[in-house]
Amino acid sequence: MLRLDKRPQPSKRWNWATPFLAVLLTMIAGGFLFMALGKDPFIAIKLIFWDPLFNPQVADYSRPQLLVKAGPLILIAVGLSVGFRAGIWNIGAEGQYIIGALCGAAVALAFWPAEGWYIFPLMVLAGAFGGWAWAMIPAILKTRFNTNEILVSLLLVYVAEKILAAMSVGLMRNPDGAGFPGSRNIAQYPAAANNELIADTGMHWGVVAAFIAVIFTYIMLHRHILGFQVQLAGQAPRAAKFAGVAPARLVVLCLGFSGAMAGLAGMFEVSGPARLVSIDFNAYYGFTAIIVAFLGRLHPVGIALAGLLMALTYIGGELAQFTLGLPSAAIQVFQGMLLFFLLAVDVLSNYRIRLKTHEAA
Amino acid sequence: MTEPLLSIEGLTKAYPGVIANSDVSFSIGKGEIHALLGENGAGKSTLVKAVYGLLRPDSGQMLWRGQPYAPAAPTQARQAGVAMVFQHFSLFDALDVAENVALGMDRPPPIRKLAARIREVSTAYGLPLDPSRLVGELSAGERQRVEIVRCLLQDPHLLIMDEPTSVLTPQEVDILFRTLRQLRSEGRSILYISHKLEEIRALCETATVLRHGEVVARCDPREQTARALAEMMVGTALHRPERPAHKPGRVLLEVRDLNLRSPYAFGTSLKDVSLTVQAGEILGIGGVAGNGQDELLAGLSGELRSRADAVRVKGDPAGDKGPTARRALGLLCAPEERLGHAAAPDMNLTENALLTGAWREKLVRRGFIDAGRARAFAERIIRRFDVRTPGPHVAARALSGGNLQKFVIGREILQRPEVLVVNQPTWGVDASAAAAIRQALMDLAQNGAAVVVISQDLDEILEVADTFAALNGGRLSAARPVKGLTMEAIGLMLGGAEGDSDAAA
Repeated sequence: MLRLDKRPQPSKRWNWATPFLAVLLTMIAGGFLFMALGKDPFIAIKLIFWDPLFNPQVADYSRPQLLVKAGPLILIAVGLSVGFRAGIWNIGAEGQYIIGALCGAAVALAFWPAEGWYIFPLMVLAGAFGGWAWAMIPAILKTRFNTNEILVSLLLVYVAEKILAAMSVGLMRNPDGAGFPGSRNIAQYPAAANNELIADTGMHWGVVAAFIAVIFTYIMLHRHILGFQVQLAGQAPRAAKFAGVAPARLVVLCLGFSGAMAGLAGMFEVSGPARLVSIDFNAYYGFTAIIVAFLGRLHPVGIALAGLLMALTYIGGELAQFTLGLPSAAIQVFQGMLLFFLLAVDVLSNYRIRLKTHEAA
Repeated sequence: MTEPLLSIEGLTKAYPGVIANSDVSFSIGKGEIHALLGENGAGKSTLVKAVYGLLRPDSGQMLWRGQPYAPAAPTQARQAGVAMVFQHFSLFDALDVAENVALGMDRPPPIRKLAARIREVSTAYGLPLDPSRLVGELSAGERQRVEIVRCLLQDPHLLIMDEPTSVLTPQEVDILFRTLRQLRSEGRSILYISHKLEEIRALCETATVLRHGEVVARCDPREQTARALAEMMVGTALHRPERPAHKPGRVLLEVRDLNLRSPYAFGTSLKDVSLTVQAGEILGIGGVAGNGQDELLAGLSGELRSRADAVRVKGDPAGDKGPTARRALGLLCAPEERLGHAAAPDMNLTENALLTGAWREKLVRRGFIDAGRARAFAERIIRRFDVRTPGPHVAARALSGGNLQKFVIGREILQRPEVLVVNQPTWGVDASAAAAIRQALMDLAQNGAAVVVISQDLDEILEVADTFAALNGGRLSAARPVKGLTMEAIGLMLGGAEGDSDAAA
């Protein structure tokens, strides 16, 4: 029989090893899933993890896509990770992402067609503000009325989606667009466009912002007293209170930060890769970022790596969809497995597995 | 000589890294109260768990009335006639007494019959209990009665009691001892685990002393002094804390009419608590756990806030301030619960040093943590308070209770507090570490700080405190000088029936 013994200290080695083990287990289980769907598992796994980067036929297109997809994932996940460490669960980054995008787009559309260096920075501010403001709703409800931030932030995603739909067919619809839903093409409006900074790399301002966020968060978490308080509140809430951490202040801070990061990601997306505000503009980056945050062990550098990996499964998944005809649901299950296995093997960093010899009764 | 009831021969049990029991042998006769003495970690619990079937020894054997005895589970031990009262009660607050007793039985009778039996047995042994009362409403002493009655209903031949008096008032201890002597006169045996030496001398006729898992002495405690017993336990001559009498100084901490609603379930709200502590004074606050100790500490530390003038530090109102602001004023605290309250279990000692020392020790500069200073502070605590640990990188949860307590108390003392409040400073700490902590508290007062020691251990309070007050049901009695206080008077104060005559005069 197997038995779990609690370790006196969490194992550092396993803490590093579990994400890799989780990826490996996901590949194995995913392989069985693809096999059950009648596809060759080895080809499918190779399509997802190898071909997007190294197959010359597709790599020209898919390699830059890696950064395009990873940028928003990393930006959002880094923001979420701070709250997750404090035990503050913002599940509604998707909503904050949408509102941030709408606010950024609103600035661009309001100035159109004026030119000016100040327009893009204003959009950045507006995007961050939009996400922050949307996250303040669960924050204030939690601190004032002790509501559950998980539910409130999650449900606000659906409100944000409705607002997005209303905007793309109403207020923000392109007046020259022959009545089609969707705004003007922001990516073709030079003062507001967030285009590739270096051709064919996928590098745009959102990716730059993601890496700045990684560095900033790393310093905050590991060098600043605020990061210490965040971790203390998450690990031992009573000790945090004793140390003098005000829980309400922390809730506002963490939700605000993650909201602003998600809002930024949305703004960079709508003015760049997505080009315009449309009904189906959002691509569930806000939810996938939750997986990225945990896969990266809530550590900024880990999140950067996890974001790249997750982006790879997006691109590779698409590739597998149109070359092998795998259903998109299978790819989503595959990504979900990653979180599932990660949480499952996480047990190893805090527990030791022992074989229990049978004792004669 | 008659055959012993239980004899243990060469019992050995090892855990990874420690040998909990090494070749332990002793026997318990019929109708004998046998003391098992030892510091924390000496292996008493392991030994008792083997007898009660909670774990299996690696080698050695036990004989029950001359027959081999190796219980694989507590059920088998109970069938043989062994019953045990644990140090930490396993009772459900939301159930009544009879329901709680039924839960601990292998084949409980119908509840109405059981209630009648509880009433009958509890009165017969002088421990009256109302079977229909909710356990959440009972005092600690009454809860212990529930556990004892639960055992007695099984008609045991051997009753194991683990630190039974740690939660009792002196009067309740007397009642318990009468019950235990009555059990002995009926021919039942009792294995009595304690580190309170006076009690053992009053109650037991044989004692087995354990140190580091080995039997180091067997004796008749009635023929030994408490000091001799303590030295057997510790293995060295005990350093007894001492200091000169305190001279009156200026008032550093003043609490006036502090009222606080308890935020905890089954907690006790504070009602009109008032106290003053002078520089150089140690105020001991006694009382059975659950009478508002946690709330009082939270009200002083700043975790619970009150009217600004309900708490004054050096005359400055501080009642509406949070923990950080109170620390800045010089009011420092060490709560009872070490893991999760005084320290974060998964964080290392450097981080735990930062937990309360961040501002006073200037471990943070413009918001950024000075890792070098924080580590140096942690190292200083470890060195000065003899915390046994490989270093400041070790997680708090890896330390033993006593070592972590030394760290927690040391962390506050090294910050040079003007007022220090500690709750249960030596709970679960071995004798030598406890003596070191008490000495540190006395040195602090000697150097002009005001100290409040909240403790259930009356011996501790009498040893360190200048003045004594009792906490009962969230009310604090008027403080009295410790000199000249009798155990009788203390018992009355703890029971809430303090000498109102002279307080009113």
